[in-house]
Parts: sequence; structure tokens; C-alpha cells
Amino acid sequence: MRLNDEEQAMLAGALGRPRQWAMEHMLQVGGMFDAEDMVAVSQAHMMADTESLGEAGVAFLEDLAGHPAAACRVAVPMITDPRGIDLSYYQPLGQTEAMADLERRAIAACSAMGILMTDTCINYQTIMPPVRGDHVAYGDTGVVIYSNSVLGAYSNFEGGPSALAAGLAGRTPRYGLHLDANRKATRRFIVRHQPRDPTEWGILGGLIGRRCGSYWAVPVVEGLEGIPTSDALKHFGAAMASFGSTPLYHLVGITPEARCLADVCDGPPPAAEEVTQSDLEALRAEYGASGEAVDVVVFAAPQLSHVEMQQVADLLDGKRLSETTAMLVCTAPTIAADCERLGLIARIEASGAKVLRGTCFYQQYAREIGEAQGWTRLLSNSTKIVNILGGYGYAPALRSMEDCVEAAVTGRIP
Amino acid sequence: MSRILKCHPGIGPAAEGVALVAKDDFSARYDLDRLAGVFSRPGHALAGQSYVDRILVVNTAKGGVASAWMLHEMKTRAMAPAAILFNAANTILAQGAALADLAMCDRFADGDVTDLIRTGQRLHVDPARGLVTILDDEETP
Repeated sequence: MRLNDEEQAMLAGALGRPRQWAMEHMLQVGGMFDAEDMVAVSQAHMMADTESLGEAGVAFLEDLAGHPAAACRVAVPMITDPRGIDLSYYQPLGQTEAMADLERRAIAACSAMGILMTDTCINYQTIMPPVRGDHVAYGDTGVVIYSNSVLGAYSNFEGGPSALAAGLAGRTPRYGLHLDANRKATRRFIVRHQPRDPTEWGILGGLIGRRCGSYWAVPVVEGLEGIPTSDALKHFGAAMASFGSTPLYHLVGITPEARCLADVCDGPPPAAEEVTQSDLEALRAEYGASGEAVDVVVFAAPQLSHVEMQQVADLLDGKRLSETTAMLVCTAPTIAADCERLGLIARIEASGAKVLRGTCFYQQYAREIGEAQGWTRLLSNSTKIVNILGGYGYAPALRSMEDCVEAAVTGRIP
Repeated sequence: MSRILKCHPGIGPAAEGVALVAKDDFSARYDLDRLAGVFSRPGHALAGQSYVDRILVVNTAKGGVASAWMLHEMKTRAMAPAAILFNAANTILAQGAALADLAMCDRFADGDVTDLIRTGQRLHVDPARGLVTILDDEETP
């Protein structure tokens, strides 16, 4: 890989061990994907929940953060994905003091490196969205796919270590989606049934992601009527990335790189593949369970926007949750602060539900919480979360936000 | 007899171990009980099987970014695979291998790696040279 003078200096250790590690790490990764040089990034966003980090990952962060500030402070604005614990509410969930201590250590290490603890997977709705053509190093697949597709930013999926390396060095290897040639459509889908709410957008995204099944596939979608909301595309992209590890899509006439089909095609368009109502119903049916008792309703993955918080509050107004069903609502700390001021959290929690700040359920020791609470049957409106939690000991089911609230009140899935 | 498979140069040190092969994809977050060291996702082709110290041979990576930290965490507890071979890795798993110092290769010249290698075969993986050797290939004349 060609390196400029500053990059050579970092690699040689002249700017301290943390930046040297960052360059060593990125040279390995860039080498595997044939990167020819590096590209400056304007921001980094790091997934660093303690469930994933473990003791080893936290110790790794602490080692970097133990260097002088000049050596370990991040070179570009850097923010964080949801945490493993809401430190204001963890004992009632069955999370332990050991988990909380690990979280506190991770926060201290990140803060010492100048990382802003935003704790959100919807930074594109809450912090500083990238602009078209902006090269960034983002973690959380939902963040990456939204930023690439809807905003026209350039990011690969950056796991925590690589996002941190990019933040320390202010650059990332130029491979994958930092290259225009890799942003052209390789699959083409014609939608024959219009999604009606964010859950159905999630199902559509999950289906396309499953069919693509590769990081290196880029789907272009035609046949959509009307302009979806940011929340709808949030669920669409998060589910696509979850089912397919897909980091970019184009919606013809909607997303910025695809004013028309030809814009995203390198030569003749890929063969068209239809997505029908029965295809979508088949995926939904994998997460059925009508009439069954539900242990916990989870709104998360991604965290809820202001608008979704208001929708949950409106649906819960004047109602009490079933004594046998819990409800968790995960949102960003910034949104939670606003929702306190707006009275939305009080309205949600008057029902018996609980709002968690800065977490996202699947990233916060979901297996241990489920075991501590005796939860098995989980219901959500997130296609992403029901895809993940089957491996965590849950029997997940998928319904609209309205049905989820009804189930939490009656104790049974309608 | 042994048989050599060529692949794209990968990441991590050379490794040796016994193959565990599946025509399925892989995510440390979605598919594993990392404490027990087994595949825990009920629908996974390897559900219930231990991956510890095996050379995992799967189609591609799926899901989210967590696997990057998780491979490192698993390796420090000695509860990681000895190596992972993909038809096509994604960025996350490559980044995880780099941090964990775990052998990883992909893009095999002779076709689908989940067809080229069978569960139980003993393998030597050389990421720097992009070579995987099947040490006990019965089909090699």
C-alpha cells in the first residue's frame, strides 16, 4: 500500500504507539482487500459494547488510553454505538456489578482518548449525518448502510478495532465502498407489494439482504411508490445488513446515487428479480406465533427516533402492561433527554414499560438478561432483532408496533 | 497424500487443525454461544457443534460488526477457532482476525471451499502465501 509521509511516520511510531498500532492494523486489513492507498475520513463511529469487548477488549482499550494524550487522542471526531449497560438501570434486568464495572472501565478508556460517548446506532438521525461523498469509518451495520445508501457517504463496515484505528489515524484503507467501482448494482429487485409501515420495510430489507447474502453484493430496487420516511429506511437497511451483511443499496428515484437505473449500472442492468407479497409473507411467517403468550416486548435495533417514541407513548396512553409481560424501549441518550422534557418517557413508563438510555437490547447481554428474567418468547417490530436473537436463547416473533403494544397489554400475541 | 489449495493472501499467522465445514454463513454474534464454545443458533448447519480449535470452513460472513471484537475476546480465552476459511470474507471478520492474530483466508482459486474441504480433514493454513494444504487428502493420487 502506498503511504504518504505522515502515514509512514505513524507506522514508524513517531506519533506514538497507539497510532502505530492503528497503521499496522489497517495495513493488514487493507492488504487482504488489495487497498492501494489510504483515504482521509471525517468521522469515526465505534461499536464497543462490553458484551462484545469482554475483559480482553476493555484491557486493550485501557492499554491504548494509558498513553499520553498527544499519542492516544483521536485525530477526527469519533462517537460510539450503544453500550452494554444502561448504568441508570441494570440491576432490575439481572445485569451484574461485574458487567457494570466493565462498562465503566470502557467508558473511562474511550473518554480518555477523546471519544464522544454518544451511545447511539442512529447517529444519522441525531448527531452529525455525513454528507454525500463524505468518507467516514462507521461501525454498526445499520449506520453504515443508511449512511452509504440514503446519504451517499462512503464507508465500509468497520468493526470496533478498525473504527478505532481510523479514528486514531484519521484515515482508512481505500477498498470496498470507498471505491466508486464497488458501488454499482450487482442485483436488481422489482417490488410488487408496497411496504406499509417500518416493520414491513424491515421485512422487505431482510428479504433482499437474504437473497444477496454477501458484503460484496449491491442491490438496486425498483417499483417503490412514494418516498419512505427516515424511520422506514432505518428498519429497511438495518434488516438488509443483518440478513445479508449488505452495506449499500440503491432505490431508483429515491436514494441519491440512483436518480435512474442507469446511474448505478455498469453496462446493462442486472437481471430483474421480483419480490412479491407472498415472498414477504413467507419471511414474516418464520417469526409468527399468533395467540402465544409473550414474555417481553422489545422496541430496539435500531434505537427509537423522537417520532417512534411518540408513537409508542400514544399507543400506550391509558393502558397497563400485562403482569406477565415486560416491555423495553431503547433509545439514544440525546433522544431520551428530549423525551424527558417532552413528557414522553413518563407517558411510556406509566404503563409499566421501561425506557433504556444508550443501549440496544441485543447488544446488552441479552442472553444473560433472558436467563435472569426467565424470558423466552420475545416480540418486536424489528426484523433485525428477531434475526439476531434466535442464537441468544429466545423464540423471537415479529409484528407491527401496534400489535406489539397490544400483545404487551393482553399478554398474548394477537 | 496432501493437496494444496490456492487462495487470496489472508491475515494472521500460519495455523494447523481439523476442518469443520458447513454450507452456511458465520457471525460470532448471531451463531455462537461464545462461553460454551458451540454453535447455538438453532437453524445453523453446525448447531450444537464445538468450533474451538477447529478450522472453520464456511461460505461467507453475515450480520454485524461485533464479530471484530468477539474473535479477539474468544482468542484470549482460548475458545476460538484455529482459523477461518471463507469463500468470501467480509470486512468485519478480516478486521477481527487482524486484532485477534487469527488465521483467515478467502477467495479460493479452485472453487467453493466448502466443497473442496471436508469435515475431519487436517489442514495447514498459510495466510501470508495464500495457501491451504489438506494434509490427509485421500483423493490425491
